[in-house]
Amino acid sequence: MSTVVEHVTCTFCGCLCDDLTVEAEGTEIRKVRLACSSGQGIFMDYDPRPRQPLVDGREVEWEEAVAEAAAILSASDSPLIYGLSSSASEAQRKAVALADRIGAVIDSTSSVCHGPTGLAMQAVGEPTCTLGEVRDRADLLVFWGCNPDASHLRHFPRFSLTAKGALTPNGRADRTVYVVDVRPTGSSKKADHFLQVDIGTDFEVLTTLRLLVKGLEPSVDIVGGVPVTELKELVERMKSCRYGVAFMGMGLTMASARQLNVAELFTLVAELNEFAKFSVIPMRGHGNVTGADQVLSWTTGYPFAVSFARGYPQFSPGEFSAVDMLARRAADAAVIIASDPGAHFPAAAAAHLERIPTIVLDHGPSVVASHAHVLFPTAAYGVDAAGTAYRMDNVPIPLKSVISTGRVTDEEILDRIIEAVA
Amino acid sequence: MILGILGGRIYDPRNGKDGEVGDIWVKDGRVVAPEDADREAAQTVDAAGLVVMPGGVDIHAHIVGSEVNSGRKLRPEDHRGHERARSGNLRAGAGGTVPSTYLTGYLYSELGYTTVMQASAAPLVVRHTHEELEDVPNLDKGAFIVMGNNHFVMQCIADKQPEKARDYVAWLLRASRGYAIKIVNPGGVENWKWGKNVAELDDGVIGYGVTPRQIVQTLASIADGLGLPHAVHIHGINLGRHTSARTTVEMIAALDGHRAHLCHLQFLSYGAGRGHVHRSEATAVAAAVNASAGLTVDIGQVIFGDATTMTCDGPLQYGLHRTTGHKWINDDVEGESGGGIVPITYKPSNPINGTMWLTGMELFLLIDDPWRVFLSTDHPNAGPFTSYPQVIRLLMDRDYRREMFDSLHPRARRGALLPELDREYSLGEIAVISRAGPARALGLEHKGHLGVGADGDIAVYEECADKEAMFAHPRYVYKGGELVARDGAVVADVTGRTFSVAPEYDMGIEAELREYFKKAYTVSFDNYSVLAGHGAATEIVACG
Ligand code: SF4
Ligand SMILES: [Zn+2]
Repeated sequence: MSTVVEHVTCTFCGCLCDDLTVEAEGTEIRKVRLACSSGQGIFMDYDPRPRQPLVDGREVEWEEAVAEAAAILSASDSPLIYGLSSSASEAQRKAVALADRIGAVIDSTSSVCHGPTGLAMQAVGEPTCTLGEVRDRADLLVFWGCNPDASHLRHFPRFSLTAKGALTPNGRADRTVYVVDVRPTGSSKKADHFLQVDIGTDFEVLTTLRLLVKGLEPSVDIVGGVPVTELKELVERMKSCRYGVAFMGMGLTMASARQLNVAELFTLVAELNEFAKFSVIPMRGHGNVTGADQVLSWTTGYPFAVSFARGYPQFSPGEFSAVDMLARRAADAAVIIASDPGAHFPAAAAAHLERIPTIVLDHGPSVVASHAHVLFPTAAYGVDAAGTAYRMDNVPIPLKSVISTGRVTDEEILDRIIEAVA
Repeated sequence: MILGILGGRIYDPRNGKDGEVGDIWVKDGRVVAPEDADREAAQTVDAAGLVVMPGGVDIHAHIVGSEVNSGRKLRPEDHRGHERARSGNLRAGAGGTVPSTYLTGYLYSELGYTTVMQASAAPLVVRHTHEELEDVPNLDKGAFIVMGNNHFVMQCIADKQPEKARDYVAWLLRASRGYAIKIVNPGGVENWKWGKNVAELDDGVIGYGVTPRQIVQTLASIADGLGLPHAVHIHGINLGRHTSARTTVEMIAALDGHRAHLCHLQFLSYGAGRGHVHRSEATAVAAAVNASAGLTVDIGQVIFGDATTMTCDGPLQYGLHRTTGHKWINDDVEGESGGGIVPITYKPSNPINGTMWLTGMELFLLIDDPWRVFLSTDHPNAGPFTSYPQVIRLLMDRDYRREMFDSLHPRARRGALLPELDREYSLGEIAVISRAGPARALGLEHKGHLGVGADGDIAVYEECADKEAMFAHPRYVYKGGELVARDGAVVADVTGRTFSVAPEYDMGIEAELREYFKKAYTVSFDNYSVLAGHGAATEIVACG
């Protein structure tokens, strides 16, 4: 039976493009229209075959896998629940319910990408806007430490660089575009102005921009490798634009100074509002990492790195963040939901993850899945499971199930584990 | 299940009961006549000497959705020290002025409240509102949909097409599963996207040429025309400014007899005082309210202590950020709204805060008809809802009120009318302003009273001299006939309902909207409506 589903959402990146059309023959996806090459993959490479759960590599019935997972968690003194960013908010809510129930630490991939962005927001606030405002109004764009040309392929045409909107009918021609980064990138080649800053000097450059906004004169001619004259030119454009938007990425959050970089940028943006309307949008990566922040915030008050060990939520990045919990050997069991810390974590953390019992929920193969004690092969949200995800600008978007495979969702598995540990 | 609450002093203003001793019977979640309750099978509670009221109804609070959740995320310092551990089936949570969702439900239960309206939601992000509403237990709820800066509405006004605006509004209420039309700083939020605001009812909205007056009049008349259960819910222009009382009175005149609810009126009742301190213009504003029978208001009483201001009023929030220097969130929402968040602490020693406090008190005491003035703190803007018992005491106890007045900064006290206002609210009047009145204004027929057919939402209090203590520790609270709190502590987690409206409209508009969305939004028309996807289970309240 062939089906055509329209207005499908791609969950690959934080753009959550929801204008795709997917054609399928039974459970086989044949064609995906409008998705970029990254987005194509999540549909075209999807293996829809139903699979059984595994306990220590052995195929078992679902009941047995759930019982085994519950046994691991019941025996654990300090369980860790991690991942969430490729899951739907419905499942993220269940993950928090499980953490609450068993007194676990819960953390999302936020803590290894935009965690510092969250801390900066908590320190100084964040003047922001939805992506439609960028498309419709922005005549000045500043991309700082991010490269959407490689990471968010439809960001430029849909929302920013070339997008046409109400006040920007000519798209690219109606905008001035800056890229600030430590090396040239695909994005910098498409910009009008590229400011190449020395590695580790973002904070100094940002502080200098704040100084110039206040009309003060720096005592040097070059900051972070950038001539002050060029910074002055940028400040003039910032102060006189109609609607300016800065996008920032891991070039700021993962450079030394981390949240201080981001807080400096957010403060600069706030201060610019004295002269011109200015907003900032963090370039969130994974499809629903923003949703993980949202769900954790509404259920616990805090966006990531939350511990229920004492019965109530406590927030302590650096302590309850997954990397730190593992590297300190503070977790004695882990539930990994739709992410692969086995492949991406620092060695000490990844090594501890191999030592402790793990329960993995994933729709495809991964390093952490390959040595899971209990592996639940799940459906993929947005492919064969419906749900909700949050775009990088916090706009919630529905995820469709475009093929029906009968595979079990994260939500259902978490529900059954909650029941079993209760 | 059958429940009997026997021999209590019943305060049920809608049914004319002002402390008369009697029984209330609840069967399958609803109040029934005594003869319809099987007493043998019933669980009974001896309420002799206790005060029995309908569950509280909050007509205006910010408890869920994108702005509230940004406020939660923004303020770890707000939660610490206010956490609650899980216990049994009750979820853990973090409190403070912006509590997590489960705890929000529990805290309301612990005050005897059973219904709360989310005061604002931008339709683009209302899916988020509904997700959170599902995670708020023990309350029935609804969400007001912001439309006062909506591009499509403003274009219809500019094009002189009020029917099209009406069809759009009806479609939007359905698509967002909303309960009422909300207006926030009409035109001012759109102008803020240009770094500007509006100051007068006849100022122009950039790009549309329409005025705040036209927006308010159009939406008020649509609410009436569609027969929405709740009138248009308005946060006017100039909030917090010394011109606000004047423009509030002008706005009331501009409503021209249409039904309307003016929210957190305290923030919009100031005049110019000496120096930089505003003064209360409660007298003028209350007179205008008293003279307009179709109007209801809630106060937004300032509570001394921590608060988190959050509104769709972007320029207001920026102004607060500039005056306080506190951290600031702004969020411009394409095509329809905006908003901001700034933490604040209200202090009696601050002359402006003192004026705000006494303006709220004066409004409460000068508006004659308790059926038209409702208890609110515009949670968490003027203070947290957990302070309602304190406001009740202030209204019922003039000595306590005087004591607090005396603690204000002398510049706030100078020339104030408040000390001359001797009025004290009665228990029956408290039942009106916190239950019967808001329920009636919301058009929720089965809320706010204890007559046959009403929801079994009941709060039982032990009367004592300290009315704050009384209302902070209800003896029993029932939601739909189920005990949810006892002796001021939540004991159960039950699922609440969400109410929405489904007014009729000409479906022909959808084809035009489909085209409009391609240009106006970055989300597909089909994905914008919360009817798509996970959706939101709501109970439809009829228009009429
Ligand atoms: S830009 Fe991102 S969301 Fe859009 S299609 Fe590409 S990978 Fe998917
Ligand atoms: Zn409000």
